[in-house]
Amino acid sequence: MERNIVYIAVFAALIAALGLLPKVTLLSGIPITAQSMGIMLCGAMLGARKGALAVLLFLGLVALGLPLLAGGRGGLGVFTTPWAGFLFGFPVAAFATGLSMRWMRGARVGVAAGVASVFGGIGVLYLIAVPYYMAMTGAALPDAIATAMIPFVPGDLVKAVVAGAITGTIYKARPRAVMSRA
Amino acid sequence: MLSLTLERQSWAHRIPVGWKLATLFALTFVTFPLDSIAPIVAGLALVLLGWTSLGRAGFQASLRALRPVLWFVVIILVYHIFVGRLHQGAVIVLKMLLLFGFANFVTMTSRLSDMMDLVIRLLSPLRRVGIPPERIALAFALVIRFTPVLGQRGARLAEAWRARSARRAGPRIIAPLAVSALDDADQVAEALRARGGLRE
Repeated sequence: MERNIVYIAVFAALIAALGLLPKVTLLSGIPITAQSMGIMLCGAMLGARKGALAVLLFLGLVALGLPLLAGGRGGLGVFTTPWAGFLFGFPVAAFATGLSMRWMRGARVGVAAGVASVFGGIGVLYLIAVPYYMAMTGAALPDAIATAMIPFVPGDLVKAVVAGAITGTIYKARPRAVMSRA
Repeated sequence: MLSLTLERQSWAHRIPVGWKLATLFALTFVTFPLDSIAPIVAGLALVLLGWTSLGRAGFQASLRALRPVLWFVVIILVYHIFVGRLHQGAVIVLKMLLLFGFANFVTMTSRLSDMMDLVIRLLSPLRRVGIPPERIALAFALVIRFTPVLGQRGARLAEAWRARSARRAGPRIIAPLAVSALDDADQVAEALRARGGLRE
């Protein structure tokens, strides 16, 4: 019990710490941060339920007014923009990542975590964020995909691969810590 | 860790957090179906008035918080001009500025501990489904303590990497950072259990 709650808290803190890493700016001028990789890692490492709880805990602290989002943003305001669908989608994305980890029990951990991150951290996330963006701005589907999805997907794919590799490394170092495989 | 709350006390700091949050939620539902510019502009004027009442530092902090949103404003406006629906674009952008401005006002005038108390109180019905609110409070406190620790350790790992390599560390430091964090987590969990643990 204690271990579960401390792990959930540590992963929430890890998402915040990843937001502090310097961001890389792609050729397209879109900054990518490591923060959304934290969402993938939560699901891949902790499994569906605990992964989603860790993300909710992180978002809870952001809403309470801590500047934990990449770039030092935070507070209630960040939940009011048309891009807030990403924030609302984060816990679901972590849940889906954890769930698909379970479907791939037989596969190698690093590979399974990478595929699960693509499914949850990209597929499911945009399934929520893009319709939310459309509802908030009245944009048509092709335009929403062009402005809220296409610019970010290349960076997200890189992050999913890295998240898979990191999960594989952690599994080698601390197999017991990968709760989705316990 | 820095919070976004304004240090300097104001009239708005004295309003109970619950009232401010309730107003924010009400505002969200009231503005959502609005389709004319006048009432939104009136709301924005009130929010601006609220900002100025926070003093110079408060006004400047409000503007600073707005900066990342302005980028979104430009994208949305350009898009709506492009598809020839300027009115709709203006309504969306003004609504967003109104909600963001007020939400930020609430954040800046509410202490973290007051917010936390309110959340714990609101979540206390979860006790019936087996999640005691004290456990949520403990989790919040743990994250607040862990975050600067992990941030500093990440910076140290990046520094150690730079001492050995000409290239940037990048994502290579995340795995060692996570492993060390997990070791910490095991120790903290054991320490909690040694002190009586969490009651089931």
